[in-house]
Amino acid sequence: MEIKKTSLYQLHYDSGAKFVEFAGYHMPIQYSDGIVDEHKFTRSNAGIFDVSHMGQLFIYGNDDLAEDLERVFPLDLKNLEINHSKYSFLMNDEAGIYDDLILTKIENGFMIILNAACKDNDFKILSKLLNDKYKMELDKNRSLIAIQGPKSAVILNPIINGVNELNFMSGSWFKFEEQKVFVTRSGYTGEDGFEVSIINTLAEKFTKKLIANGAKLIGLGARDTLRLEAGLCLYGHELDKNKTPVEANLKWAISKERISQGNFIGSRIITKQLSDGVNKIRVGIKPEGRIIAREKTKIFNQSDIYIGEITSGTFGPSVNGPVAMGYVENDFSKKNTKVFLEVRGKKHPANICGLPFYKKSYVKGANK
Amino acid sequence: MSDTKYSKEHEWITFEGDIATIGITKHATEMLGDIVFAELPEKGISVEKDGTAGVVESTKAASDVYTPISGEVVDTNQSIVDDPSKINEDPEGSAWFFKLKMKDKAELDSLMNKDEYDKFAKESAN
Repeated sequence: MEIKKTSLYQLHYDSGAKFVEFAGYHMPIQYSDGIVDEHKFTRSNAGIFDVSHMGQLFIYGNDDLAEDLERVFPLDLKNLEINHSKYSFLMNDEAGIYDDLILTKIENGFMIILNAACKDNDFKILSKLLNDKYKMELDKNRSLIAIQGPKSAVILNPIINGVNELNFMSGSWFKFEEQKVFVTRSGYTGEDGFEVSIINTLAEKFTKKLIANGAKLIGLGARDTLRLEAGLCLYGHELDKNKTPVEANLKWAISKERISQGNFIGSRIITKQLSDGVNKIRVGIKPEGRIIAREKTKIFNQSDIYIGEITSGTFGPSVNGPVAMGYVENDFSKKNTKVFLEVRGKKHPANICGLPFYKKSYVKGANK
Repeated sequence: MSDTKYSKEHEWITFEGDIATIGITKHATEMLGDIVFAELPEKGISVEKDGTAGVVESTKAASDVYTPISGEVVDTNQSIVDDPSKINEDPEGSAWFFKLKMKDKAELDSLMNKDEYDKFAKESAN
């Protein structure tokens, strides 16, 4: 299959990007500054992320749709206010995760942002679950551009007037060059920021304006170190079909109302796990030295018994040390539990720790 | 001080008498990106030509460091373990990795000179 390009491909290329194939797309892994500088620039300034490979799914319908989607997602959708966003998951009957996503209530329906590698399968699953009752569109005419970092609002607001009024996890339609853009205040780096859904033909022009205002293009490499420091899950690593939201320590994202009702896909297992507990659970892991424990690194307890595996591990530029997440047996998941990570045949000490590694600076309410 | 020699695994080597100094090339650091971790061989151990003698890790991945010649490790550069970013800054100077007491100087003959290495690096990058 031909590898796809986003609308910003030429701009990435001209900006010195090194490309990798990711979920069927040519995506920039880094630019000439390198991952560490790109990461730090995002934390101190504002980084631009081309996330156009992600799926932008629009489903149109009214109250029936909210009710039908409540059978799919563990969210209180009938009471979700317009322009408000929620983090959620598409699950199977065993509560295994097909994808994690952000859902926003829009006029006449919902907009759902899906992972690139999962979007086509998600579309099939959702079409089937909704019996093709509603108009659904995985919009290929729109790019998705994230701007993340403490200066995001100052840089974006002069380009799209009014975005600084948005609260975190909410969104609205705005105008750019007389075209409608949907902007949410959200992101995946642990910083304040926005995601802008914009027509492909204007994506490059818009991004160049962000650059002119002082933001810099940032690659997938720094996106990974940023989200890991922020303690956020990445599908295919922390999340997959064999892990449930309870095991992933994401029960905060499940509506309490909906658990008591229990009529959504996966609810049987989730209810059981919430009352009986789980065997394995996602935790943060901080190696004591400088050793980096990558994905699939085996984790042992103090008696040298295997208790789990790392799902993501790297060097955190803002933490200035190694950081990791993984799944361990529940008995060893308490903070400050000493564990050992097997790297290149040697066991290295590490401690279970709280997440995030790097403290978030999200804007909760605007005008503060 | 000798001319610098290079290996196909992107190490450089200089020698004075029977003591060789080994590090990784600028080209290697450019391929790796930001280096955030370095592990060196222990002093006193013997290493064999083309065997592993350390590890460097970038934010993206881990890579082995090989020794281009055989010998006994007589010194290691702790400063790059404490601050691995020095490897990106000065790979072919202050950020050397380890020093060996060479076992067989004839092994040097199999290595490349600067022109040969530059050509090799350019070709292997494509």
